[in-house]
Amino acid sequence: MEQAVKPSRAIQIGLAIFFVGLLAIPIVYKQYQRVQASASANMGAAQALSRYGFYMRESSNASGIDFVHQAPTLDVKLSHIMKLVASMGAAVSIVDFDRDGWEDIYVVNSKEGSRNALYRNLGDGMFRDVAAEVGLADVNLPGTGVSTGAVWGDYGNDGYEDVFLYKWGKPELFHNDGGEHFTRVTEQAGLPPWVNANTAIWFDYDNDGKLDLFLGGYYPEDVNLWHLKTTKIMPNSFEYANNGGRKYLFHNLGNGRFEEVSAKLGINSRRWSLAAVAADLRGTGYPDLFIANDYGVSELYLNEGGKGFREAGKEAGVGFSPKSGMTASVGDILNQGQFDVYVTNISEEGVLVQGNNLWMPKAGKSAGMIRYENMANTFGVELGGWSFGGQFADLNNDGFLDLYVATGNVSLDRGRSYWYDYSKIAGGNQAIISDAANWPSLEGRSLSGYQHKRVWINDGEGRFKEVAQMVGVKDVYDGRSVAMADFENRGALDVVVANQRGPLLLYKNTVAPGKHWIEFDLEGQRSNRSAIGAEVRVFWAGQEQLQQVSGGSGFCSQNERRLHFGLGKATVVDRVEIRWPSGIKQTLTNPHVDENHKVKEPL
Amino acid sequence: MIRANGADTPVSANNSKSGIPAISRFFSAENRYLPPLLITLILVAGQAKFGLLESFSRTALAIATSMILDLVLARLMIRRWPNLASAYITGLSVGILVRSPAFWPYALCSALAITSKYVIRWRGRHLFNPSNFAISAMLLLIPEYVAALSIQWGNDIWPLVIVWVLGALIVWRVRRIHITLTYVLSFVVFSALRSVIVGDSFLAEVAPITGPMYQLFIFFMITDPRTTVKSMRGQCLVAFLVAAMEMILRLASNVNAPFYALSIVGPIAMAIEIWRTSKRRPEAPFRPGIRKDSVTQAPAL
Repeated sequence: MEQAVKPSRAIQIGLAIFFVGLLAIPIVYKQYQRVQASASANMGAAQALSRYGFYMRESSNASGIDFVHQAPTLDVKLSHIMKLVASMGAAVSIVDFDRDGWEDIYVVNSKEGSRNALYRNLGDGMFRDVAAEVGLADVNLPGTGVSTGAVWGDYGNDGYEDVFLYKWGKPELFHNDGGEHFTRVTEQAGLPPWVNANTAIWFDYDNDGKLDLFLGGYYPEDVNLWHLKTTKIMPNSFEYANNGGRKYLFHNLGNGRFEEVSAKLGINSRRWSLAAVAADLRGTGYPDLFIANDYGVSELYLNEGGKGFREAGKEAGVGFSPKSGMTASVGDILNQGQFDVYVTNISEEGVLVQGNNLWMPKAGKSAGMIRYENMANTFGVELGGWSFGGQFADLNNDGFLDLYVATGNVSLDRGRSYWYDYSKIAGGNQAIISDAANWPSLEGRSLSGYQHKRVWINDGEGRFKEVAQMVGVKDVYDGRSVAMADFENRGALDVVVANQRGPLLLYKNTVAPGKHWIEFDLEGQRSNRSAIGAEVRVFWAGQEQLQQVSGGSGFCSQNERRLHFGLGKATVVDRVEIRWPSGIKQTLTNPHVDENHKVKEPL
Repeated sequence: MIRANGADTPVSANNSKSGIPAISRFFSAENRYLPPLLITLILVAGQAKFGLLESFSRTALAIATSMILDLVLARLMIRRWPNLASAYITGLSVGILVRSPAFWPYALCSALAITSKYVIRWRGRHLFNPSNFAISAMLLLIPEYVAALSIQWGNDIWPLVIVWVLGALIVWRVRRIHITLTYVLSFVVFSALRSVIVGDSFLAEVAPITGPMYQLFIFFMITDPRTTVKSMRGQCLVAFLVAAMEMILRLASNVNAPFYALSIVGPIAMAIEIWRTSKRRPEAPFRPGIRKDSVTQAPAL
């Protein structure tokens, strides 16, 4: 047998130092980050403006907004986990419902009998709730379920944005009568009697000029959360759940009627959907559909020429590692003329570090296929706590899209966490996890509560920097839905955040002087009049940025339809290329900067 | 050629012309490649079917770090080439059990595990299960970036049954089934006790053991030949004490209770045994990964 050799004292000491060094690496790294963060946290507005190019001030009360979201009280069989189950519903969407040129805010409520609010932008920095006047307030009557979100689109092409209200309950469609009143047209439209939905988007999947509607179920549609027949209503897995609500695709037949075509067109999922976004991801001219699912993988439905959809999540690389998808947003973050997709998930220290996903296309599209790579870690937009709604927007007008992410799940007792009990049940087999009766009682504990938000600014070179505290975003409400709009028509994007069981926040944005911008307000003629799905490419100073008019993105939210591009210091835009959903292409040469351009689709 | 007991006892694959003894030998306690092979199969199947891993590349990084560092340190410390089955399985366990979207925690965890084998020693034997020590250290030091595996084997019962059967077969063949059974039985009894104490349903308390993390833990980590005591009775006692410590940690709502419990109980048990043995024998030479007094040397996590 070979004789063992005792190592020299020097080698032993060297190895011990190496070992201690390995243990020290994370401690030193954490300490360094802590020092960096605390040095920046006390930054004032002037310093933030100078360093990051913008500063945000929470101004809801000063602007006449006093909305507070209320959660529902569901069946008593869920009382032990009520605040966990009823932890979604706060949602906000932006619309200029009366076409006065000022973007308005629609925010939904979720308590039985509570009222939704439509904040009309008065144009002087103030808002006034006109929901009751126009017929959009009293929509949560007992027995009809409660609101979980709303999306706006002109399905009738009459020039005014109509609203689809989705609920844990009876979905509703309201027709906009000239910006003065809304008429309920649900029955005429042929909508289903009950859907427990958490996402819906308008898009014209077949480019026929009429807006279609996607609706994604969360709990199954035969579950009435106020009158449970059984407690076996929970997901049958934390990662592979396939017992959620069905998906609906309503094809717009015209005359206010819709036909449900999801199965016919290849959408047959029963995953627990929380977010969806439609965009032409492959340059085919037709919008693909990306769905972020809770308790499982994301799905990517490739649009096959408007005639059907093919689920290709695994093939594309986005449908493999199961997480807890809560947002789906698209943005061209490196000004490459292509969309990246951002999906939020859960990250909780030492318990569940899923990390958010930033799906960036790999080079070389082939045969109508696209493949993605998760670059969230590389770009620094990965760890966002319990992330809900996320939206891309150029907040400092430097020419690159930044990222705002609302975080926090259930904030109750600050000192006691439900995570241990949650992890017990989450790891269990389907026979255990799917029965709410097995879920340990919440008992007033928090689950990823009181979290700071993430505002990541994009340096355009592949790194994002988190600056929320420094630029004035300091709230710790349970953030859900995020929407962006230039409320004062001054070339700066403000941020509205709907918080679960919390106030609607309006962060007014001040951008440092010297940064230019350009905006486009599109109106379709052959395409749908809302121009949803229209792509705009702005070329300036060697940059090319792609944006699209969206019929809903993020978590239960919709940004203003108007597109906003920051230009940095550039004062000249070389050209703008618009591709309308109809396929018509239009080029604008040297449009003026610092201006909102109203563009009508040429015939 | 297959070697058992590190490099001490060569076992030829061609000793018999009959196929049955060869199969029997393959599934024997002396085949130190059996657990890594079967865990690799489980891993590949789990990844193909369920996306079990964060990614293949992260697991590959953990394995590569582990094997390279073991080669370097073995040359440096004992001036010989080590059998890399042990390092492979350490890297594999890190690659499976650590969950982090970043790459560097996988390399750091593997490096910690392998280095601990050479540094934390007493009388020629290491005290901690290397991967358990490293994962516990990572969970304690950098919870912002790291969590333990909490994913499930899909949402039906069959993968669970297959892994249980396969795992039980392996530990039975390597003569460690008593450790696994003691732990499982203790866990179930303590689950019932916790259910009474905290008021949650028994199913909620017992739920964690149905997940893959626990299966790897009970089949391949607590049964590690080099970091368990010698006697069967002692091994059962230690398994029971690990479950008991875990219960205490669980009552304190510690999410990573099994890892910490083994990190606490394992070294204490080893230290007691080493101390008692040292009163009878002189100090063993410095030979990481090799233990003369152990019959079963198949590596575990």
